[in-house]
Amino acid sequence: MRQWNAHIHKLNQKHIFPLRYNGPVMDNNYALFKTMLLIRRFEERLLDEFSAGKLVGTTHTYIGQEADAAGIFSVVDPEDVIFSSHRCHGHFLAYGGEAYRLAAELMGKATGLVGGRGGSQHIQWRNFYSNGIQGGIVPVATGMALAEKVQQTGKIVLVFIGDGTLGEGILYESLNIAALWSLPILFVLENNGYAQTTPVEKGVAGSMAGRFSTFGIPVWECRSSDVLEIIPNAQEAVGHVRNEIGPGCLILQTHRFSAHSKGDDLRTQEELSRIRAFDPLKIHGLRLTEEERSRADIEVKGIVEDAFLRAEADLSPLLKTAD
Amino acid sequence: MTDTVLSRLNQSLHSVMESDGRVYLLGEDILDPYGGAFKVTRGLSTKFPERVLTTPISEAAIMGVANGMALRGLRPVAEIMFGDFVTLIADQLINHAAKFRWMYNDNVRVPVVVRAPMGGHRGYGPTHSQSLEKLFLGIPGLNVVAPNTLGDPGALLQAAIADNDPVLFVEHKLLYTRPLLESGRGDLVEFEIEKSGKIYPNYILRIPNHIPQLTIASYGYNFELARAAALELLMEHEIFSELILFSQLSPIDLDPLFDALKKTRKLLTIEEGTLSLGWGAEVITRVVEGSSDSNSYKFRRVAARDLPIANSRILEEAILPSVDDIVQSALSLVS
Repeated sequence: MRQWNAHIHKLNQKHIFPLRYNGPVMDNNYALFKTMLLIRRFEERLLDEFSAGKLVGTTHTYIGQEADAAGIFSVVDPEDVIFSSHRCHGHFLAYGGEAYRLAAELMGKATGLVGGRGGSQHIQWRNFYSNGIQGGIVPVATGMALAEKVQQTGKIVLVFIGDGTLGEGILYESLNIAALWSLPILFVLENNGYAQTTPVEKGVAGSMAGRFSTFGIPVWECRSSDVLEIIPNAQEAVGHVRNEIGPGCLILQTHRFSAHSKGDDLRTQEELSRIRAFDPLKIHGLRLTEEERSRADIEVKGIVEDAFLRAEADLSPLLKTAD
Repeated sequence: MTDTVLSRLNQSLHSVMESDGRVYLLGEDILDPYGGAFKVTRGLSTKFPERVLTTPISEAAIMGVANGMALRGLRPVAEIMFGDFVTLIADQLINHAAKFRWMYNDNVRVPVVVRAPMGGHRGYGPTHSQSLEKLFLGIPGLNVVAPNTLGDPGALLQAAIADNDPVLFVEHKLLYTRPLLESGRGDLVEFEIEKSGKIYPNYILRIPNHIPQLTIASYGYNFELARAAALELLMEHEIFSELILFSQLSPIDLDPLFDALKKTRKLLTIEEGTLSLGWGAEVITRVVEGSSDSNSYKFRRVAARDLPIANSRILEEAILPSVDDIVQSALSLVS
């Protein structure tokens, strides 16, 4: 939680935009748990649908990383602009996106978020965008931040990258420009330790934080899958970007429990059980009563069931001749 | 003073930035007093300092940032200093700018323009002389447009900026200093001109009162060569050509060509990109597929040889298409 102490006083004074959770965060324990559980159950269902042959193509699940999205989206403004990556379902659901529209998109239905044209990695809804090109989204998000700044909308942009993205040169071109032009963009780096099958030790030299700080971009780093530890970091990083109208970076050390996509998990059982100890649902679930946990379970089960059943019954899109 | 392609492009940027506060320019070395490597942006940073952004040498990021600006309400015009560097923006053009609208089910539009000075004959060698636009033809969602001396290049650029879809605007370096043609004067004395009413117009030039023997299709700077060749064919060989000049290269609209070929049955395409798998190949294929009596048609392509462009003047001219290449190909077609 670097810079937390240095900035908290300033943030309290310069606070222009209300944060969604500006009361004691403990009040929202149930909502945070439910968001994380929704992501978990939605994606478990998704993997089941693949196994059952009801879904084709590929997907990248967020299972294990849920606290990142739940924490971050509890502190961003609903009007802020989000650019997510190939691993976007968790971000989208935490953003407030509808599970049914996402399920329909994954099934390639006309009622999907983008009419079945984009699928898992390429969705757009309100101010939420995602694309499947590693690094390519970063300059686009940087340009969005420029547009929001010059049009004085007060919105900031969040762009999600992973440890794998650190290999892409375009990232560094974008960091340079974001810093030179003081653009309101938060680079959220979720380090889940693996770029597909390549462990971070074989893909990333040097310091992750140093990659940002060398451009003069302040970095907040959190080594926890406890959503309540992520929130203050996210709150401060988001507050910095909004109030200073300049770039920031939030590094979240996280764990991906499932394969990168499907069938490409080379990790040992020992490794998988080791990281399962960092399950954000287990950690945060302890703060809820058993009654609350089972209520969340029932509510989420209903949302997921409804999403997939409705989506399955929907019509497929047609290719218009004008296309 | 006669207007040149350069002065018209520059004036049109001045006027569009004056009238539309959403228009931003991004590029390398575009600030005054330098005003850009080819001076297209001269004077603009002085007049609109907030909206002319000089960038680091980061072509991919220039294009990506412009894409993001376009998605969020602005109308960016990016300059790539040498068209050869479009390879560096390929991902941003193909996988971002061109895809967003369709991939997001028309939820968004991407009104971005990227200007790229292409072309050789300047002795700049293998990496600063190419015409790489052929690599970006046929990309769904991307318009490729090239100004010429016949239409108003400024109006064409304004149309590109007004376009709600991405446009790659290909400017041949040799065009900048060329004066705009005036109807009924100079080279145009011999021709009558028909313009088709598109956003990015096509032009047909005919020699009045003569049945054309040959159709020559070109775009951009190579219309200068095609026109010179047509005049030489007329004066030296009494061969009457019909010239078709395209402003839009992709998506391709060949309507004017189909009508013309019903009469001439002979098509010569001119381009400065390398010969193989290029614009001319696609034009000819479309004509063959789309014409009922194409069996009786004859075709030739004039293009750069399939080699990198040499630095040596002698080698460069041997590699790039020339007026003489066009005349010789035309003669072989009509013989």
